Amino acid sequence: MARLILTWISLLILQSYLIPIAFGSKEVEEFSEALLLKPLPDRKVLAHFHFENRAPPSNSHGRHHHLFPKAISQLVQKFRVKEMELSFTQGRWNHEQWGGFDPLSSMNAKPVGVELWAVFDVPHSEVDTSWKNLTHALSGLFCASINFLESSTSYATPTWGFGPNSDKLRYGSLPREAVCTENLTPWLKLLPCRDKDGISALMNRPSVYRGFYHSQRLHLSTVESGQEGLASGIVLEQTLTVVLQPETLFVGTNIQPTWSINSLFGRKVVGRCVLAKSSNVYLQMEGLSGHESKNMDTEMEAHELWKNADFELSLKPDRILREINSFLFIFDIDISSDSEPFDLGLTWKLPVKWSCQQAPLHASRFLMGSGNERGAIAILLKATDSQDKLSGSDLTNGCCTLKANIFQIFPWYIKVYYHTLQIFVDQQEKTGMEVLKKINVSPSTDKMSSGMMEMMLELPCQVKSAAISIEYDKGFLHIDEYPPDANQGFDIPSALISFPDHHASLDFKEELSKSPLFSKLKEKSLVRSYTEVLLVPLTTPDFSMPYNVITITCTVFALYFGSLLNVLRRRIGEEERFLKSQGKKTGGLKKMLSRLVAKIRGRPIEEPSSSTESPEARSSVFSSKLFFKFILVAGAAAAWQYFSTDK
Amino acid sequence: MKDDGEMAEEQKKKPCRFWIWALSSVFFRLILISFPGNLNLSSRPEVSTPLTSIRRLAEGYWLKQASMSPYAGSMYHGSPLLLSLLGPLTVQRINGQPSLLLCSLVFVIADILSAMLLRGIGQKLQMAYGLNARLLGLLKSSRDKGILRCGDISALVYLWNPFTIVSCVGLSTSPIENLAVILALYGAVTRRVPLAAFGLVMATHLSLYPATLTIPMIFLLGYGLDAPPIKLFLQTKSVENEDRSTSSVSKKAKFKQTTRVPFLWKTVVHFVFWVLLWSLYVLVLCGLSLSKYGGLEEMFKRTYGFILSIEDLSPNIGVFWYFFAEVFDFFRNFFLIVFHVNILFMLLPLAIRLKHRPCFLAFIYLTISSILKSYPSVGDSALYLSLWALFVNELVDMKFSFFLFCGYLGISLLSPVMHNLWIWRGTGNANFYFGNAIGYACFQIVFVVESVSAMLNHDRALKRCNSTNREVKN
Repeated sequence: MARLILTWISLLILQSYLIPIAFGSKEVEEFSEALLLKPLPDRKVLAHFHFENRAPPSNSHGRHHHLFPKAISQLVQKFRVKEMELSFTQGRWNHEQWGGFDPLSSMNAKPVGVELWAVFDVPHSEVDTSWKNLTHALSGLFCASINFLESSTSYATPTWGFGPNSDKLRYGSLPREAVCTENLTPWLKLLPCRDKDGISALMNRPSVYRGFYHSQRLHLSTVESGQEGLASGIVLEQTLTVVLQPETLFVGTNIQPTWSINSLFGRKVVGRCVLAKSSNVYLQMEGLSGHESKNMDTEMEAHELWKNADFELSLKPDRILREINSFLFIFDIDISSDSEPFDLGLTWKLPVKWSCQQAPLHASRFLMGSGNERGAIAILLKATDSQDKLSGSDLTNGCCTLKANIFQIFPWYIKVYYHTLQIFVDQQEKTGMEVLKKINVSPSTDKMSSGMMEMMLELPCQVKSAAISIEYDKGFLHIDEYPPDANQGFDIPSALISFPDHHASLDFKEELSKSPLFSKLKEKSLVRSYTEVLLVPLTTPDFSMPYNVITITCTVFALYFGSLLNVLRRRIGEEERFLKSQGKKTGGLKKMLSRLVAKIRGRPIEEPSSSTESPEARSSVFSSKLFFKFILVAGAAAAWQYFSTDK
Repeated sequence: MKDDGEMAEEQKKKPCRFWIWALSSVFFRLILISFPGNLNLSSRPEVSTPLTSIRRLAEGYWLKQASMSPYAGSMYHGSPLLLSLLGPLTVQRINGQPSLLLCSLVFVIADILSAMLLRGIGQKLQMAYGLNARLLGLLKSSRDKGILRCGDISALVYLWNPFTIVSCVGLSTSPIENLAVILALYGAVTRRVPLAAFGLVMATHLSLYPATLTIPMIFLLGYGLDAPPIKLFLQTKSVENEDRSTSSVSKKAKFKQTTRVPFLWKTVVHFVFWVLLWSLYVLVLCGLSLSKYGGLEEMFKRTYGFILSIEDLSPNIGVFWYFFAEVFDFFRNFFLIVFHVNILFMLLPLAIRLKHRPCFLAFIYLTISSILKSYPSVGDSALYLSLWALFVNELVDMKFSFFLFCGYLGISLLSPVMHNLWIWRGTGNANFYFGNAIGYACFQIVFVVESVSAMLNHDRALKRCNSTNREVKN
């Protein structure tokens, strides 16, 4: 059986090499897997799975794929997606403890729920249509309610506040989306080995979802074949970031918990995914300042590092790389097998404390005010201790400034008054353009579109705190627009704070082979942090009594109409008697007509000479009246039919 | 009974007393606007609606300053002219703090102007009332002893009405809308055709509903001021012709009869011409101020469209918000049509029945539209209550006036309580506030029905007097 599988796999590999040769190109589909483990200062462990799948452009290679998921390539071809990122997140990234100034956090700290953004390669007029179709396709692909992003009230068009600058960009997020295994399984299906083999086999559902934070991300980018570069075609990057709490034996001691891959995930790595080009495990140790101070130029000493006074690794790393304040241990899992599974363990010997590098400003967001009528949203930016160390701040005109972009989406039922925007820097209110360099708002339209605010703040470097507050009115919704649990409240999506002058990257001194995860870490990425999701309670009408409201209101209208008409129509005394005597002489319509004429002329009613009127004439009057009524009813019915079918 | 000396003294005193009361109301307003923070009236749903809220106007101005259309988003729904007038005042800062003091002063001035114009209308109506009463032989002496000074009363009712004060201090734009309406009526009463046309066009431009005033204004310009039914004059005339009386009053009456009865087509055409001219002017101004953005089409969509389609479901003292928050979506259009047509349905019967009293007709139209408005506020009630005071002479026999007074008082006290319970404390629910709104609508309906009924009864009483007079003479 095993032999059969082996031959099948080898055939598959052979085929995957053969077909590109047949097409006469050197480019092949590539898949690589990697796992990055990183102990965090607060006794937790971060595990970052990284899978990259590259496909050559379809126009030169046809539509047949070996490793690359067909669903994704069809998606790209159909909707002409240039770049897209979809993330499912549960939990909140702890910026103080887990870091905010490294590529891992700036790329993988995502807002709660689902976040989707995409850049399209279509004419402007078709971007919205493509977006809607894409949301539906993704919704089906990932078993999530991404299709809610289809409605124009839930997505926005960022111009410059969000990362990529493109006018064909659409951004939307669903803060309330619950993320679970049903989203992970289709995500794993896109991998060539699924979760059967290789690193992805570690994704034991109970241990993954037990974590404090997990974010599953899918990043897709297409590079035009005409462009020169390393990558061409479609690059699919799938990452899963989990923060886990290792079980500790010694409770109450300061020693960091000891863990191994098996204790974290309940599984071990048994061999690599044979389809993967590279398959590595990295261990990043941060803030080991004690070791850095030692002079470790020699190769030998560096290799001694994995067993030192502070900690000990259970396996010998294949390579060790050094960065300014972190070490990267690289393990190759090619050698592991069924008999000898790969199980990396870390044992701490001494209590070690370190802190992660943080973003220049720590952002948090909160609501102000009480009651269900109005309130205010405040974003507070607090200086972190790493601020003065940062060299990225911009020195213009001799004064040091720190730029921060704020990007925020408001649902339409949060009716924001942009003129109430107040900015406080170190508790001093700043007006006008002192700190606010650029602002772009697109106000929300009721039930039509969501509001968006992008602004660029330029704060002095020594700033201790900056606060932005903006007032809003709460909208009142139709009963059908409330979700089933209306009294829970509504979520405002996270705001995104990014620092355009700061880029996070791990700057390793040694050059390493082109491992995709490694190149991702080296790549400069924008430092950004998402704020909390806010829960806004909205007033609810009484859901139980639409009928009562309709009947009572209609009664009031009937009261108005009836009583007013009655007052106008009522006649008393002599007038009535006079009219009665008139009424005896003439027929109904004639009498009414004469009364109307008399009213208009303002003269008393003339004595009509209707006594001589023949009964035939009267009957003709009646029949014409009947006929007229009939025509009127028929006309009304026809008009109603016309207007109702028109829609 | 007072003797003549006392009467004369009172005549002198009265204007003096009027000015004292008017000035004190202005001072009262000034005192109230000097501490706006403590009152927080501008956020009351009874005072400011989405159409009249100054906060939304400030937002519109901010958007315009940020070179966006003021109608971007669904914040501002008012006129672009009001935006250019009041917008710069909303960004004024006094001692570094944003202050709306200048805006408040504009509203106070608008209130004073409205009161003065109301006084002018009242004086005209009072003269007409006296003249007609004399023509019908109901008042023998030329001195109007029994006639109340309805102009002063109306102006004071307007100035001292808590609803007016609240909407003036609460910074809603309804004082300006009311001013436009009163200006239109004043123009028509004093037969200043361009002024009347301007008022009508501005009022319609600001809040759409005063468009119904076209009918009473045409009557007012065509037939003249409020008078008892023409039938009575004809009867009196015939009686007098029979009597061949040569008193000066009857001569005047004859003269009047011959000049009054025909409809003054020329004035009306003149009026229509001016209305068209002013509308063109207003449209051109709006078009110029919005030329960089969506233009007039967007303006109509965002102002009149917003009024007619009732998009904003935030609570107010009307009944529509809750109805349309609860009604099933497929009935929405039907009920929108039904409710708006309800205003139009009553125009014709009222116009036929009250043709001889155009001012009263205007008052009834305004009352009806303030009941059935999409976004009513107490500012609208303030307007019709003060117009009601113009007809104190005719409406002395109005029924249920004490009941209505208590009703208005009760509603205005209960409404904030219910709103607080529902919105702020969360102990009540929407039905509490809606029940209050239903009650208010009912009281207003009783008010309008009773006013019409009292006016018709007054006409009947005149007729009865007239016929008894005739019988006595015969």
